[in-house]
Amino acid sequence: MEWLIASVICVMTGCGVYLTLRARTFPVVLGLTLLAYAVNVFLFSMGRLQIGIPAVIDPAAAAYTDPLPQALVLTAIVIAFGMTAFLIVLALKARSELGNDHVDGLHRSDDELKATKHNSTKTETERSES
Amino acid sequence: MSLLSFNLPLAAFLPFAAAPIAAWATRYNRLASAWVAGLTTLLTLAILFPSMHAIFAGETIIQQWSWLPDIGFNIAFRLDGLALLFALLILLIGLLIIFYARYYLSAKDSMGRFYAYMLMFMGSMLGIVLSENLLQLVVFWELTSITSFLLISYWQHRQDARQGARMALAITGAGGLALLGGVLLLGHIVGSYELTQVLASGDLIRGHDLYLPTLLLILLGVFTKSAQFPFHFWLPHAMAAPTPVSAYLHSATMVKAGIFLLARFFPALSGTPEWSWLVGTAGMLTLLIGAYVALFKHDLKGLLAYSTLSHLGLITLLFGFGSQMALVAAIFHIINHATFKGSLFMVAGIIDHESGSRDMRKLNGLFKMMPHTAMLAMIAAAAMAGVPLLNGFLSKEMFFEQAISASDTTLAAWTIPALVTLAAIFSVAYSLRFIHDVFFNGEPIDLPKTPHEPPRFMKIPVDILVVLCLIVGVAPMLLIGPILSVAVAASLQAPAPEFSLAIWHGFNLPLMMSFIALVLGVAVYTVRHRLFAWHDRCLHGIEGKAVFDWLQWKTIRFAKKVTDYFDQTTLQPSVSWVIGGALVLSIITFFQFNSPLFGDRTLMEADVITILMALTLIVASLLTAVLHHQRLTSLISIGVVGLVVALGFVKFSAPDLALTQLSVEVVTIVLLLLALFFLPQHTPQERSYIRLSRDGIISISAAVAVFLLTMAVLSREYSSIANFFIENAKPGGGGTNVVNVILVDFRGFDTLGEIVVLALAGLGVFAMLEGLKLAAPAKDVEGLEWSHDPHPPIMQTLTRLLFPLMLMVAVYIFLRGHNLPGGGFIAGLIASVALISQYLANGIDWTNDRLRTDMHRIMWLGLLIASGTGVVSMLLGYPFLTSAFTYLNWPVVGKFEVASAIAFDLGVFLVVVGATVMILVELGKLSHAAHFINVEDIK
Repeated sequence: MEWLIASVICVMTGCGVYLTLRARTFPVVLGLTLLAYAVNVFLFSMGRLQIGIPAVIDPAAAAYTDPLPQALVLTAIVIAFGMTAFLIVLALKARSELGNDHVDGLHRSDDELKATKHNSTKTETERSES
Repeated sequence: MSLLSFNLPLAAFLPFAAAPIAAWATRYNRLASAWVAGLTTLLTLAILFPSMHAIFAGETIIQQWSWLPDIGFNIAFRLDGLALLFALLILLIGLLIIFYARYYLSAKDSMGRFYAYMLMFMGSMLGIVLSENLLQLVVFWELTSITSFLLISYWQHRQDARQGARMALAITGAGGLALLGGVLLLGHIVGSYELTQVLASGDLIRGHDLYLPTLLLILLGVFTKSAQFPFHFWLPHAMAAPTPVSAYLHSATMVKAGIFLLARFFPALSGTPEWSWLVGTAGMLTLLIGAYVALFKHDLKGLLAYSTLSHLGLITLLFGFGSQMALVAAIFHIINHATFKGSLFMVAGIIDHESGSRDMRKLNGLFKMMPHTAMLAMIAAAAMAGVPLLNGFLSKEMFFEQAISASDTTLAAWTIPALVTLAAIFSVAYSLRFIHDVFFNGEPIDLPKTPHEPPRFMKIPVDILVVLCLIVGVAPMLLIGPILSVAVAASLQAPAPEFSLAIWHGFNLPLMMSFIALVLGVAVYTVRHRLFAWHDRCLHGIEGKAVFDWLQWKTIRFAKKVTDYFDQTTLQPSVSWVIGGALVLSIITFFQFNSPLFGDRTLMEADVITILMALTLIVASLLTAVLHHQRLTSLISIGVVGLVVALGFVKFSAPDLALTQLSVEVVTIVLLLLALFFLPQHTPQERSYIRLSRDGIISISAAVAVFLLTMAVLSREYSSIANFFIENAKPGGGGTNVVNVILVDFRGFDTLGEIVVLALAGLGVFAMLEGLKLAAPAKDVEGLEWSHDPHPPIMQTLTRLLFPLMLMVAVYIFLRGHNLPGGGFIAGLIASVALISQYLANGIDWTNDRLRTDMHRIMWLGLLIASGTGVVSMLLGYPFLTSAFTYLNWPVVGKFEVASAIAFDLGVFLVVVGATVMILVELGKLSHAAHFINVEDIK
């Protein structure tokens, strides 16, 4: 089971890092969300994996799960949501003020220049339509 | 508690408290700030006055309060003879300067700002001289650097003022850091930062291995502050300050702070060859350089600046001699220098003020126009030159005597007396120049203004100082004897040696040196024009500023280069550096790890369903990454990832987490969908295979590293601190759901911080969306028109029916949270989902009509309740956020438990609801408005 969880964290981390390194805001936000999942599961697993053991005080229980990582992860999940919300709105703001959704607010390398042209004509048509 | 038990800290803090008042008072009356500053100074003097009697009786007053005793940081103040002497200098000369500046500043200058800075500086200086704790002394030391920066750059529009201030700050600030290092070492050696202990441990300090580094660091602080060679060059550039500032900071107080430290640490650090060589050499070099360069400065204040350097060097050299009598001479000269140099600076200010120039090549023959000022200047300059019957003569004689007795012990017996006589010759020459060039020597040459006597009151401070020069010069023991005696005793930490300040000691060697200096000084002055020409030809342009500027330029360029290398103003390389750096660090740590990579804990068997779920999650993650060009698809697959993670929490006995993850997942996906509406639906293809493969390598390495790390931990046994929480949850927190008890009770402060972050994120989103207008795309991804019926009736009916039910679930989850899985966070998220589904199904207008509560208020109410429960426990005398619980009996319901933690949890609940709903509704409004614009435009 441990191997399985480690692999899950591993794949989520890899995909998260890859998406975080992309040049557009939306994939970066997705990447950070994935990374947040990976980190939460990693933190949670630090209390070791336990199946079918109560987390609530019960006189009949022989053992309990480790409540500390759970408490930490619970707030981490909520904070991660706050961060995602902040980032995605930042992306919207950037898009509105800079006219594109590149993470640097502008287009740089040659391989994207063509895409830029394509994009800008599209935005113009969008504008003329609206 | 009488005033006498806390008058020292009061004296140091009073000027700081008065500074804002001075700045504020100027709004109503230009002169009010001068009154505030003057009265504050008088009040401070009055506060110190009752303690003076004890000091003259030879006592030392210490007032201390323990603050951080673990690291030896106490608030501790000390008043002894030395501190009293300096405090009097600071306050009395400060008072004269405040008086003088009121006439000096022109109508264009802001009086309030000037006096506020001045008061803050005065407070910092008092803090230095009154400190018993050395760390506290360093804090005040740095404060003088900062406040003097503000004062030097008072005329902010002038470039030389800004540059001079920056240089002074850079050098004295760096010296302050060195001093901090020295003080920390001193505290390490002695085991205490209290001056009393440090001064009593002189032998321990001198015998310690760390003596030399300690001495070097402290001397770095001293030399930078007191402008000793090779750090002397900032002082002449600080002359860009208004003249009252120069008179105060650069003659009487700030530059004397370094000297004060030499006197203060004299019993702890002096008496070694290292001390004599370092202090003596710096003093001698500064004495000579200052005296020599002063003669060649055509600027009045430049001359005075270099002469100040020279006198500071003289005092430092006396400390370097290290004998008790040298100390007497040094402290005596500190007083004398403050009086005559203070008055000379003020005279220079008057001349500048009345004639519009400070250039001695233009200023000539002013005696006819301002005879009174000229008389004052002549007496003060004569004191500076060391003419008999004036105070400068007395201390200079003592200095010569010490120079002669110091040279007995060295090889080249005549070097030191010869060098100091040389400095004295130049001192006479530049003093003569200050008088002859300015007040006689022909007629003025095209001055901007016609000079005349200044207002009567402007001269009063100068009058007072010059009269002091005369009184001390004629009857030295009368005025100076008692304070000098206690100051010397305090500096030595031993009874002061017998000394007599007399004008006549008979025909002896020092008198002959004075005579030689006077005669040769006049001779040097008569041939000055030839010397000027030679100086301009050979030594022109040799200046410390050039070295400083070069160093500064190099440092900035190097820093810029390094920054540019890592930060190419684009995000992607920065992210790569961060992740790559983390990888490299963890690999290095992996290899330093000696035990095997994996432990020997028995691992669990995996069952088929878990394997299937894990595979689903892996596939969904990979799909998110691979299909990220199609944004909607990748958003759906990331939703799958989140849901499977929630299921995983269920499987591994974490019901609270599963509930949280599930509700957060719903909210997150709705949020991202709303945002995606305004973003391009596709990400353009990247063509750079180099970048793709580089990113691939980084991602795979990160993934492998995390895998290894996770397995390394999971395959080992561990001991948890969880037992404490499990054992105390019920008896201490009154709840059986340990996770919730940790959140609202054991670690309540953390939770409070977290909900504050969430509220701030909500506010940030609100602020960014304020006034934002985005046009909605005309068609969806597939190129289809948007539906004209955004709120289908089936969904409307269903959500309206479900709404009370959902809220009830939220309330239920909230109430049971303390004992069973649930609690404020989860209930808050469920309630948010209930509200958001109303907005989604029925539209914003419909819902807003029925839900008139502002989400901001909900958020603030939540924060208020959460912090309120903490404050209540404080009011009851318990630490912040202590919880209590009791059992109540209600008819019908029966016996149940009430814990104060539930109020805290209510706060959490409200903040989560407020922030979540606000974020989503604000985004929803944006899209609503966009639709509206679109429909209008199409029509």
